[in-house]
Amino acid sequence: MTNTTTTPQYPMARDARCPFDPAPALHDQQEQAPLTKVCIWNGTTHWLVTRYEEQRALLADPRVSADVFRDGFPLAAPIVGNRRPGFIVQDDPEHARLRRMVTAPFAVKRIQAMRPAIQKITDDLIDDLLAGPNPADLVEAFALPVPSLVICDLLGVPYTDHEFFQQNSKTLIRLSVPPEERAAAAQNVRGYLTDLLAQKARRPGDDLLSMLVGRVEAGELTPDDAAGVGLLLLIAGHETTANMIALGTLALLQNPEQLALLRGSDDPKLVASAVEELLRYLSITHNGRRRVALEDIDIAGETIRAGEGIICPNELGNRDPRAFAAPDDLDLTRDARHHVAFGFGVHQCLGQPLARLELQVVYSTLYRRIPTLRLATTVDAVPFKNDGVVYGVYELPVAW
Amino acid sequence: MRIVVDQDRCVASGQCVMAAEEVFDQRDEDGVAVLLTPQPADDQLGDVQQAITVCPARAIWLEPDSVA
Ligand code: HEM
Ligand code: SF4
Repeated sequence: MTNTTTTPQYPMARDARCPFDPAPALHDQQEQAPLTKVCIWNGTTHWLVTRYEEQRALLADPRVSADVFRDGFPLAAPIVGNRRPGFIVQDDPEHARLRRMVTAPFAVKRIQAMRPAIQKITDDLIDDLLAGPNPADLVEAFALPVPSLVICDLLGVPYTDHEFFQQNSKTLIRLSVPPEERAAAAQNVRGYLTDLLAQKARRPGDDLLSMLVGRVEAGELTPDDAAGVGLLLLIAGHETTANMIALGTLALLQNPEQLALLRGSDDPKLVASAVEELLRYLSITHNGRRRVALEDIDIAGETIRAGEGIICPNELGNRDPRAFAAPDDLDLTRDARHHVAFGFGVHQCLGQPLARLELQVVYSTLYRRIPTLRLATTVDAVPFKNDGVVYGVYELPVAW
Repeated sequence: MRIVVDQDRCVASGQCVMAAEEVFDQRDEDGVAVLLTPQPADDQLGDVQQAITVCPARAIWLEPDSVA
């Protein structure tokens, strides 16, 4: 497929005045049709799936592939080398085989047992924040350390190395960085994890990396795949939740009546509902779930041919009025549980029970302990991550 | 009505446990869904329906009791 002058370019720019909303041009596409065509950076044309129902149908369809090395795959950026960043870009049965090796620690009840530990991490960081300079950058002082400390503990990665892997993952998920540099960053963390796995083989601990070592020793996993899985969990485990914390705080500060509702309630149901609604409203993985069709697929009156690319921007599906009434309103009391902020289909987020718990603890603690929390700049001066795989803010200056 | 969970399709997302924790649980070894109550009570049907809606792997459905 080649570009034609009439095909719109994807991704589309957000409106700087509405930093929480999907690009206005995406909304136009959604109104036009459930499936439209867009052109991407390398000049290729792909299907854009604009509506909630069709996004879910396609992402759950076994006839689509998440394999970035397949012909026709709508790449977000050029890829360098042939290394796969974990099972997120592999198909079943290999995807299922690898995913199931790490699902046990993410089971809902296992994760819920981590609540006291996550509460303590959160409280300690708030103590430090309050004892430190005012104003402060919430990203650096709080939003990033919470999930980072948690995932390090779960994986068995020493937190003392956080500057190293945070720096590298920042590079890795920034699409405006040259592909060679991004590949080098991935390789740095992969090398680090390979060394760490070797250490764990000598002295195993009660952590997820040691569990992977067990699989390697049992001949079920290659050392390279083990490092790939570790890389995926380490990166996915902190950058995402961190952005939800910082961007969620900004969204609440901009919607003071919603913030007051959350701060004034100690009902865990409202807190849980607030988390689902903020996940829906912000949909931080705004780069589109990307797939390629393995067979012809008939959907919504169109035929997606085998080999054609498919892009499902979940921030758009989550603002579909067919699935959510008044979708552009942030309403913490609505039932938003059917959102697609964690994707849909077999690749739906593995870490979702953990992400939910972290956000429940943070949103129910931060604004109650610092009731005067406010933005220490204007919204138009906040640096948004428009060039990221994950949407959010690079910095969030706050005062209290 | 009887609930069916296809454990081969399940991707251990835990969504069903969050929607209806009295009906679904997850296996210790790999987080795959297991049924606690195959025959949901009437007042559990709403939560079960929610679980069916949010299951990303489309691994849960209801069958009439008469079907073996
Ligand atoms: C609020 C925070 C988070 C959001 C919004 C989020 C979002 C997502 C989305 C949309 C996908 C699907 C990707 C696709 O379909 O192509 C995904 C997959 C994944 N996420 Fe998350 N995630 C979050 C937190 C986490 C955490 C805390 C972890 C791990 C500790 C994690 C680990 C993973 C993994 C391993 C996958 C790949 C699953 C697979 O391919 O089977 N995520 N996430
Ligand atoms: S919701 Fe579906 S995929 Fe998730 S644990 Fe339950 S059965 Fe498995």
